[in-house]
Amino acid sequence: MGDHKPTGISRWLFTTNHKDIGTMYLVFSFIMFLIGGAMAMVIRAELFQPGLQFVEPNFFNQMTTLHGLIMVFGAVMPATVGLANWLIPMMIGAPDMALPRMNNWSFWILPAAFILLLSSLFMEGGAPNFGWTFYAPLSTTYGPPSTDFFIFGVHLMGISSIMGAINVIVTVFNMRAPGMTLMKMPLFVWTWLITAFLLVMVMPVLAGAVTMMLTDRHFGTSFFDAAGGGDPVMFQHIFWFFGHPEVYIMILPAFGIASAIIPTFARKKLFGYSSMVYATASIAFLSFIVWAHHMFTVGMPVKGELFFMIATMLIAVPTGVKVFNWVATMWQGSITYETPMLYAIAFVILFTIGGFSGVMLALTPVDWQYHDTYFVVAHFHYVLFPGAIFGTMAAVYYWMPKWTGRMYDEKLAKVHFWLSIVFVNLTFFPMHFSGLAGMQRRVPDYNIMFSDFNMWSSIGAFGLGLTQFLFLWILVKTCMLKKGEKATDQVWEGAEGLEFNQLPSPAPYHSFSTPPKVD
Amino acid sequence: MSLFRKVALAVAALAVLVLTGCSEQAYNMREGVTEISKEVYELHMIAIWVCVVIGVLTFGAMFYSMFAHRKSKNPIPAKFSHSTTVEIIWTVIPFIILIALAVPAVSLLIKMEDSSDSDMTVMVKGWQWKWEYKYIDGDNDPSNDVSFFSNLDEQSLKTRDNSGKNFSGTPIDYENYLLEVDNPLVIPVGQKVRFLVTAEDVIHSFWVPDFSVKKDAIPGFVNEVWTKVDEPGIYRGVCAELCGKDHGFMPIVVHVLEQAEYDAWMASKVEEAKSGPDLNERTMAQLMTEGEAAYNKYCAACHMPNGQGNGPFPSLVGSPIIEGDIEKHIDVVVNGVSGTAMQPFGQQLTEAEIAAIVTYERNAWGNDKGDKAQPQDVYDFKNAGKEE
Amino acid sequence: MSDINQQPEQDKNKVMTRKLVMVVLIMLAFGFAMIPLYDVFCQITGLNGKSNGLAVYEQQEPDTSREITVQFMTITKNDMPWDFQPVQTQIKVYPGKEYEVNFRVKNRAGKAIVGQAIPSFSPNLVSQYFNKTECFCFNQQTLAAGATEEMPMRFFVDKDLPEKYDTITLAYTLHNVTPAEQQTQAAD
Repeated sequence: MGDHKPTGISRWLFTTNHKDIGTMYLVFSFIMFLIGGAMAMVIRAELFQPGLQFVEPNFFNQMTTLHGLIMVFGAVMPATVGLANWLIPMMIGAPDMALPRMNNWSFWILPAAFILLLSSLFMEGGAPNFGWTFYAPLSTTYGPPSTDFFIFGVHLMGISSIMGAINVIVTVFNMRAPGMTLMKMPLFVWTWLITAFLLVMVMPVLAGAVTMMLTDRHFGTSFFDAAGGGDPVMFQHIFWFFGHPEVYIMILPAFGIASAIIPTFARKKLFGYSSMVYATASIAFLSFIVWAHHMFTVGMPVKGELFFMIATMLIAVPTGVKVFNWVATMWQGSITYETPMLYAIAFVILFTIGGFSGVMLALTPVDWQYHDTYFVVAHFHYVLFPGAIFGTMAAVYYWMPKWTGRMYDEKLAKVHFWLSIVFVNLTFFPMHFSGLAGMQRRVPDYNIMFSDFNMWSSIGAFGLGLTQFLFLWILVKTCMLKKGEKATDQVWEGAEGLEFNQLPSPAPYHSFSTPPKVD
Repeated sequence: MSLFRKVALAVAALAVLVLTGCSEQAYNMREGVTEISKEVYELHMIAIWVCVVIGVLTFGAMFYSMFAHRKSKNPIPAKFSHSTTVEIIWTVIPFIILIALAVPAVSLLIKMEDSSDSDMTVMVKGWQWKWEYKYIDGDNDPSNDVSFFSNLDEQSLKTRDNSGKNFSGTPIDYENYLLEVDNPLVIPVGQKVRFLVTAEDVIHSFWVPDFSVKKDAIPGFVNEVWTKVDEPGIYRGVCAELCGKDHGFMPIVVHVLEQAEYDAWMASKVEEAKSGPDLNERTMAQLMTEGEAAYNKYCAACHMPNGQGNGPFPSLVGSPIIEGDIEKHIDVVVNGVSGTAMQPFGQQLTEAEIAAIVTYERNAWGNDKGDKAQPQDVYDFKNAGKEE
Repeated sequence: MSDINQQPEQDKNKVMTRKLVMVVLIMLAFGFAMIPLYDVFCQITGLNGKSNGLAVYEQQEPDTSREITVQFMTITKNDMPWDFQPVQTQIKVYPGKEYEVNFRVKNRAGKAIVGQAIPSFSPNLVSQYFNKTECFCFNQQTLAAGATEEMPMRFFVDKDLPEKYDTITLAYTLHNVTPAEQQTQAAD
């Protein structure tokens, strides 16, 4: 097989190539990242000062809802799927993904889903305005007409994610090169395999939840309506049964990325490979039995609250193991600080800060004070922005030379990193304080006593938003203008793994036409 | 080593800076005024310090490694990649720390959930977007139950409304902006008060940070939470669960009074309830003045102060309801329009308020129907039902 | 890769894909199964007062060593044009003895209205010790325009009620469940 590829639009529409599809996922997720980010800018502009300056409360709620949905389902998840597409075949010595045509569908469903979701902004009654968690009955009895488009959109995203996940599982189990045993796989493959299992298990539950919403809205059922014998709290149980594993779906691939980058730049093998694998698996398992920690205030029996509190705190143990292993990998290494390494280190530190607030939130009695305040907003943004998104950025800088054959502009990339890290903390750290001081989530206006923190957060957010255009420019410069020095085949001095040791840079269109030798 | 010391010092200095900041009221969780809230605050501080210590140790090791083990200083990396002993240690130690944190949390939680032996009961009901309080009396006469609605206060409403003619003042000049109501909840000091929390429409959440009380108000079900406040005073909270458009505009204000003052307040409320509705006839001018005030308080959030409506909320200028029969107009206000956002206001507004609102709507913003509704008309409508 | 190798590999992929699709379908079913499972869970824990099916009272010696206060609360939905009040807001009861209380309803509307009362207990765990032998909440109730009625509820508190509970609050939320077509007819 040569390196020929079709050209023009049909290359992208009909492609079954894992690299093309990976690229499309990454581009799509970056577009969504900018759209969701623009909505965050609207939110932060409104919150810059107390008082209603720019938008109506109802539109504000639409912005928070869409910002959450787009960032979760449109930016973070597709970005990790894109990385999986690019990297998994190269890492396990396969020519492509196992199910290439399904791969094409699973991508092309996504734009359709998001066009549906975004079109709701222009409908009568506006876009969904009930938060990304769409609690019933606000989203059922009281939802705007566009809720049905939202439901259909979520169904499509779910189908897309499930197909992507099935593809990863089949690829990992059936397409490994001879000698590539499970316990020899790079950790990124491991974390993605576990992520894929989580997706296959919980996305159908989300589909069930939105289907019940649909029948409650239009077909006279009352799953979530007390008048007909249902229970609105039931919705939250189903939603968070999906929602908590979803959190790990977003973060586990980033764990894998950090586990690839830190050893490379420390020039030392990853510390405790097998305990990393077991820790990931136990996090995934625990994620199924902690969902109700999102619901400590709904009025559960004490025994239930105690169970979910203890189970949630347990997650800190395997997560701690991972963090300690990363530190031990750096210990007595020979470390250099290229941009991917900087992002990976920032990931470890800032994700851990998010983990600390997570442990605090797990303590039920104190959670009564934190719940639904900006403290929670700070917590999950710390695990998502400097967690999942920094992880993705680290991956892009790390593997981009392998993908394109060219080095990115290291100087600009470092500027991008330092601006991002300053602004990300400026944006999200003050939210801890406004939350503790008593500011509740999802409000367009607030009392004067929260104004300092909000002003800092807004300034940080504007800076963080603008900084990402620098990222865009770096990507354009490397990938489209083809500027930058040529990358070597190994790219980084300490890089290990099939993609660096056995493939040229840029990697050929079909990764391994003949299976590589794995020792 | 000197580098390591510098870093350690810097981290310690930063921690001190952050935490001294933390001990000030506005940066940290408040201690509150109940035994429970103080224990919650203590647990919160313990958790913070545990996190700080672990963080300083972990990040300290990491930063040390970043400086001491960089390539220029340590060109040849070590070879180790595994140590069962170390791995067991850092699995077990966090485990022990977590148990140490869980023990006080468990006992505190059990204490917080024990609502037995309460002295009085107040039903708290969340509405879009206000609270209703109902004092449940133990004397077996439901007609003695005192109940009232608690809305965002007028000054916050006016400050918030920067689009219409009522705009006045800025949030910066008003200390209690969005944290003040027209009718606060009143409870006596030193009594164990049990709140039964429920909701009319969507899920709300009753949160008073000073009491460390937060409970979701779920339509159709009743949740229980309690408090016992030791210091008289005014305490402010908010709705903590997204409940639609005006989620940020339904504060909770609790006045905690000495027992004697509370009893006097209660007696006046009972008196008020017993005297029945005010059905005195009003002149057109009176109705218009009262109507404007009531309209701005209850209706303007959706229909806008100029009556033009907004998005899904229809304009009232020259609309079919305004042009139509006045009886139908009263019906819409009293019973709402099912399947739309128009709620029934019959339960929460007095006859006089409804009459004034209807009259105002028919004769303001260029509407000139000229007719008026009297409180008695509304009373008759409510109590006779519709004539079919 | 030669075509000869590809054939068995594709079959392997198909088999595995099918299995995974099965997992997806099972999890979808599980999502729906959470509804009945949650009801079972509520029954076991007594959450939300959902456990109250019809109970049968067997003649037994009441436990007169302690008295339990039972409070009755009524909540009427905004769109429900009924007055709904307990005749007694609270009574003291002995565990193991059967009592009857009444709730007064009046339909203020000018048309027949169907109502459904949904019970809820505080503390929520006591519902499993609260046995109703007769209750208006088991069925939908219809009242003609302007009609008044006293609706009975018979119950006894289980003798196994843990010592720590001294007060039981039973709240009924009354919903308007008049069928939609009936409502529009009445409006015409």
